[in-house]
Amino acid sequence: MSAQIPSSEPVTRPRSAILSALAPIWEKLSREPVGLCGFFVLFLLLVLALFAPLIAPYDPAVQNLQAAFLPPSLSHLAGTDEFGRDIFSRLVYGARITISTIMSVTLIVGPIGLIVGVVSGFVGGRTDAILMRFTDIVLSFPSLILALAFAAALGAGLGTAVIAISLTSWPAIARLARAEALIVRNTDYVAAARLYGASPMRLLFLYIAPMCIPSVVVRLTLNMAGIILTAASLGFLGLGAQPPAPEWGAMISSGRKFMLDHWWVAVMPGLAILITSLAFNLVGDTLRDLLDPRHARS
Amino acid sequence: MIDVQDLSVSFGSGASAKQVVKGVSFSVTKGETLGIVGESGCGKSTVLRSLAGLDRHWTGTINLDGTDVDKDRTREQMLLTQMVFQDPYGSIHPRHRISRVLAEPIRAMDRGKGWDKVAAALEQVGLPAAFADRFPHQLSGGQRQRVAIARALMLEPEIILLDEPTSALDVSVQAEVLNLLADLKEARQLTYVLVSHDLSVIAHMCDRVLVMKSGVFVDELTKEDLYEGRTHHDYSRMLFEASAL
Repeated sequence: MSAQIPSSEPVTRPRSAILSALAPIWEKLSREPVGLCGFFVLFLLLVLALFAPLIAPYDPAVQNLQAAFLPPSLSHLAGTDEFGRDIFSRLVYGARITISTIMSVTLIVGPIGLIVGVVSGFVGGRTDAILMRFTDIVLSFPSLILALAFAAALGAGLGTAVIAISLTSWPAIARLARAEALIVRNTDYVAAARLYGASPMRLLFLYIAPMCIPSVVVRLTLNMAGIILTAASLGFLGLGAQPPAPEWGAMISSGRKFMLDHWWVAVMPGLAILITSLAFNLVGDTLRDLLDPRHARS
Repeated sequence: MIDVQDLSVSFGSGASAKQVVKGVSFSVTKGETLGIVGESGCGKSTVLRSLAGLDRHWTGTINLDGTDVDKDRTREQMLLTQMVFQDPYGSIHPRHRISRVLAEPIRAMDRGKGWDKVAAALEQVGLPAAFADRFPHQLSGGQRQRVAIARALMLEPEIILLDEPTSALDVSVQAEVLNLLADLKEARQLTYVLVSHDLSVIAHMCDRVLVMKSGVFVDELTKEDLYEGRTHHDYSRMLFEASAL
């Protein structure tokens, strides 16, 4: 520590530099109309979820048996269900449940997968073998079955669903991050960093992890569509969000009984799930084109 | 400055072991430029990577500035040698700005923040200080190699190991980079070990040349030998005749 070199004022990075770094991404994005549609739908979903009380014309939980099974009309955009609840309002409030499920799963899965994968790929040897065999074991659990077991043990609910989905979806991320780390650790810039004495932690977080993040982000976005579907399936089976919460899967489940006479009760939440997961897939594909040069379009 | 005795490198183990470098010995005095020349796969880069401490498969003794070094280097030993790599496109982190690329050696060694030294380091290799805010992909190959040289100099090492520093560059840019290296050597009293398969680069830069073939040195040539085209071994004559065409 005796050789501490006094530094003058630290160089602060102007904000415009960050904006100028984002400009080419925006430019490329504007050339992807389909991807832009996906981003737009997701933006809409986010607005719906954030401002649900302002947007929804009715209370999603208030029952009105006189108005049961009304077909879609101007006063009830998506009709009403068997208790006379406005389906459109329920869909709007359901967006909150969907978004929070996706967010919690992604926030749990992303860091865990990234860290396990990067450490495994970078350290190698026995650590790699142990971590990857553990990953293989977890990978062999089907998420729905695991969620069933969880629901049986902890009681059905949204929290249980989130835990169960998270437990089964981090291995794919870990595998991906490991593959990237294996490539990056043998590059010359990591060799150069070793030569000037960068510690393993420094190599891991400043050199290797940043190179793995783009593909992990893409994978997470593509995973989101799957998360929606799994969460909806759990809701459909009665193991996700519990009634009267307006969870889309649970809504299909209850609408299924009236499918032939009152199609809108099941179809409207189905459409919501379809459009949302499609949008996530489109956004994931577009992000891959933007962030991952190896998938560049010809 | 550098003294290597009986350096052998083999990869793999047991029956499949492949000995790449077979017991070579050489020494370099302070301020000298030693060239190692040979065809692809003869082991010249492996010698360099062992000197740098990147390859851990070597046996023998490597003595840098009077101390024997092990496969794991102490910080003081790391400060002694730095390396410039062949491919300027692969040797700079693609997501680090140039300022971070140049500050990292100082930060990694806990020798301060490093940001304040970036401008001077860029000017020293003939690049404008404004390049600090750029990303590597916004620079040309020659400019990147200058950045790589500046990075190698950040910790003020006494020995620079050059692994074909110009073979990925345009001919016109090659000369600029070689002249920069020659100027820096004079200004800072550096010791160079230069590996190349390009004899004109070697002849331009080196005081002494070792010719390597299949893991052993077959010939040693001085600067005079190079100018007069004198060789002491069939292989080096062949190499020189091939490049004279």
